[in-house]
Amino acid sequence: MLYGTRLRALALLTAVTLTAGFALAFFYAPMDADQGFMQKIFYVHVPLAIVALCGFVFGGIMGIQHLRTREQRYDLRSYVAIHLSLVLGAGVLITGAIWAKASWGHWWVWDEPTLVSFLIVFLLYATYQPLRFSIEDPERQARYASVFAVVAGAFVPLNFLAVRLAQSYTHPRVFATTNGGLPDKMKLAFYVCLLGMAALYVTLWKYEMASKHTSAQLRSLRRKLGGEDDVAPRGRTAAPSLGTSR
Amino acid sequence: MTDTLPDNTGYVAAAYLVFFALVLIYVVIMAAKLSRFERELSELNELADRHLDESREQEAVRT
Repeated sequence: MLYGTRLRALALLTAVTLTAGFALAFFYAPMDADQGFMQKIFYVHVPLAIVALCGFVFGGIMGIQHLRTREQRYDLRSYVAIHLSLVLGAGVLITGAIWAKASWGHWWVWDEPTLVSFLIVFLLYATYQPLRFSIEDPERQARYASVFAVVAGAFVPLNFLAVRLAQSYTHPRVFATTNGGLPDKMKLAFYVCLLGMAALYVTLWKYEMASKHTSAQLRSLRRKLGGEDDVAPRGRTAAPSLGTSR
Repeated sequence: MTDTLPDNTGYVAAAYLVFFALVLIYVVIMAAKLSRFERELSELNELADRHLDESREQEAVRT
């Protein structure tokens, strides 16, 4: 068995939490007085966005660890975290566009700070893979990628703060302190969805990490059994190389 | 349920479908990688067996 029982338990926990969260969103949380049924998109869109942004910050933290210790495993962790956050980020943009169309009648609104700022963050991170790919030397690639992850990771909370301070409040605020905020039933459903989404992120991150480690071990094993000739050259790649895979 | 429900159901369904499709695609790609690893692992097992047989034959010739 390549992937341990802990990953299986985590996957099960994710499935249960997400199912419970969506069930609460549809059958327990009350209908929004203003938006009606379409507000249910909130329970998938917002947790997805929060988890994706936290993933970018986590990638930055792993980048700091890599720059401090020069250990390849931190670069790999940073790479997988950013890669996964980009996938979730694409989901945030698509679900956000659907919600915008349902709510405002337009797929995209350019004068809305939350939407545009998320797009900027997404496009910034979209350059991460090409940046890695453009550098051939694995050591230098990992170092530059870590610097990028740290700087971009610091930009994420700053960007969030800037949007909160912005004057335009067209976008619905999740935890507004004035004019009420979320009712308790909605809050509970939202928190369970957020927990489920976080669990999904951790599960997929661990899954991909396990996959990368297994790939490196297989490569190393092939080299030991068949010699250097039996291992295809790694070639230029954006993915980090673990010590055993080189 | 409100009167607006039929008009918005499609959008809500689409948003959730996008999410599930994204996760499904990711898991399918990972599953494809997993099956490739298993294939490689069995190849390496065969290679290891061949190496073992060869070393046994060499041992037998020497004795």
